[in-house]
Amino acid sequence: MRVIAVDPVTRIEGHLKVELTVEDGRIVRARSSGALFRGIELILVGRHPLDAQRITTRICGVCPIAHSTAASFALDEALGISQEIPQNGRILRNLIYAANWIHNHILHFYHLSLPDYASFRGLPLSEFLSAGMEEGRFSSEESEKLVQHYLAALEMRRKAHELVALLGGKMPHDMAIVPGGVSFRPDLATLLAFRARLAEIRSFLENVYVPDVLSLCLRYADYFEIGRVGRLLSFGAFPEGGLGLEARLFPGGLLRNGEPEKLDPQEIREGVESSWYKGAEAHPWENSTHPDPQKAGGYSWVKAPRYRGEAYEVGPAARVSLCFLFGPPEFRVLAKELLGEAGVGLEALSSVMGRHLSRAIEAVFLAKRMDAWLSQVDLAQPVAKSFHLPREAEGQGLTDAPRGALGHWLRIRDGKIAHYQVISPTTWNASPRDEKGNPGPIEEALEGTKVGDNALLVAGRIVRSFDPCMACAVQ
Amino acid sequence: MRTSLSLVWFQAAGCTGCSVSLLNADYPSIKNLLLDEVVPGKALALRFHLTLMGPTGQPALEVLRKIPLEAAGDYILIVEGAVPTGAQNFGKVGELSMAQHLLALVEKAQAVVAMGTCAAFGGIPAASPNPTRAMGVQEFLHKENRDLPVVNVPGCPPHPRWLLETLVHLLAGPVPGPKDLDELGRLKSVYSRLIHEGCPRRADFDVGRFAQAFGEEGCLYELGCKGPYTWALCPYHAWNGGVNWCIKAGHPCIGCTEPEFPDFPAPIFRKVTEPAYRRTK
Repeated sequence: MRVIAVDPVTRIEGHLKVELTVEDGRIVRARSSGALFRGIELILVGRHPLDAQRITTRICGVCPIAHSTAASFALDEALGISQEIPQNGRILRNLIYAANWIHNHILHFYHLSLPDYASFRGLPLSEFLSAGMEEGRFSSEESEKLVQHYLAALEMRRKAHELVALLGGKMPHDMAIVPGGVSFRPDLATLLAFRARLAEIRSFLENVYVPDVLSLCLRYADYFEIGRVGRLLSFGAFPEGGLGLEARLFPGGLLRNGEPEKLDPQEIREGVESSWYKGAEAHPWENSTHPDPQKAGGYSWVKAPRYRGEAYEVGPAARVSLCFLFGPPEFRVLAKELLGEAGVGLEALSSVMGRHLSRAIEAVFLAKRMDAWLSQVDLAQPVAKSFHLPREAEGQGLTDAPRGALGHWLRIRDGKIAHYQVISPTTWNASPRDEKGNPGPIEEALEGTKVGDNALLVAGRIVRSFDPCMACAVQ
Repeated sequence: MRTSLSLVWFQAAGCTGCSVSLLNADYPSIKNLLLDEVVPGKALALRFHLTLMGPTGQPALEVLRKIPLEAAGDYILIVEGAVPTGAQNFGKVGELSMAQHLLALVEKAQAVVAMGTCAAFGGIPAASPNPTRAMGVQEFLHKENRDLPVVNVPGCPPHPRWLLETLVHLLAGPVPGPKDLDELGRLKSVYSRLIHEGCPRRADFDVGRFAQAFGEEGCLYELGCKGPYTWALCPYHAWNGGVNWCIKAGHPCIGCTEPEFPDFPAPIFRKVTEPAYRRTK
């Protein structure tokens, strides 16, 4: 038996340590540990409620729009204007968010994940990028091509952020998403510039990214059996006009081993049994953040969210599974086609390779939908609803982020923020053990996996398939 | 003959936004910076960056440990994020705290660059009540009695060009000194103009035409714009390939390059009446 500390886990956002106990070439125990605490929930308390819009965005520089979206939903609700957001405001928010979403998936596949699968030996940047893998399953010609795509993807990711900036002001840390809608009405030239860049990015997604993901799926097909969890949760993303979590482009919901269930956000509890905080398990409306760095039994800054007492995987596998069941027919057609090419079914998505495949499916679908949204922007209509700030109010902002379910819970008292709690996707996925000793999803995905002498490589592939974002997980 | 300058990018208490901003550089792009010469005969060599590097776990730490030994005096240390100085485990990489790593890395660095407002001045993590006693790199080094020169490149995040300009200085010659830096350690060439000076809505301000709600025409001063007190080149450079920037997008400047960010004397969206942080050239 030996204990391996994978610390730091690189090629993710932020600071994560994973400790593996390996016995007879198999991981028998895994502990996932968030290694940075900033205390942004505490920093928000006492501030002007609207400041949350710009400060929570800064929780994360990779997925800032996720937080500006969740904060705007929470503020809309607190201001009592959730049902009055103009159609332009809703659509422009969706476009800003979707562009960030696509940047995220390109970055995750090429720049964060690919060095785990293709050998970069003898190629440009090999010294810096080599993950210590002797040889991958790609031929040297294939690897060379993938490295060229790695470089092309750097440009495509940048252009995706130009898309965000065209409508969102700047990136990272967008400015245009505000309570009530967005802060400006774009002109026709801006929409044209958006459409032209989007076409370029769509072409890359369809002709380069998807084929690369499929070739990875075929070459590493065994990884559809590795890193499985099976319990999936999503808040849904991209409102399409209605208000509920189900009325979204990606509908929200729950799947327990393939069986769909309706999601009730009141059933969420966040515990701190193994986390460096004082307190007990509570709903985010009642929860608090009291750091206790020396706490006995603590091993992570990540708290442990649970739904009806169970840990759920959040992210692309959940969204694609739910959208397949409840989403638009054209999504089902696309998903069937790509699942067919990879040679797997829906049940394989909660796995290392399934998560990569899920991202590819939703990225292509989303880029196509963006084109349709763009045509719905009406330049003669307002982009924001004005509002008055109440002295006492509450608002909940739920949305999926590229990495999964994200919630902001805001309480305003005496005109100021009295309570702000955030549960991010990686809070779910990288959570430590709870009161009952149940592991978090990443821990669960690692435990039981055969790693032989390749613990760093195999564990890295499993952990990175969740696309952890630690600045979000802890804040 | 091509010489290269090593870059060590160390992430402390931050959000990776400054790294992503560098990835957003257009001309030269990140691809150019990684592969090509930046100025004739001189290139950069990225040695350590947690978000991008291949090695993970112990092999990654080995890269970091060896740099001061093998490249003493020959690398630029770029710090992203503030330095937590409260509990030792508020921020750790491997067995060492972020503060311990920095002390080991600054000593043999040719220059230290604080990338972003968190690394320069503390920024978001150091906002009141500063739960982790986070601070900027310069303040941290002063506290540790290691008063080394630091070039500050504030912004939340900074525009990629502001870092590139700093790096070109470092490639060309000596570490920028008082001649090149303002009293806050920022390059004068980048931080010597107020947003207000180059604002496209300046004409609205001058005639008193003010927006009262998001989406309206007019100067954004009444909505809380900090442009009159914020030093940065945003109006001239614009962002993300020059396609847009905060005020063009109808949003007040939030003063993200300033040491007081985000604890202003007024909330982000409230009109500034008595700027406690006014500085002059």
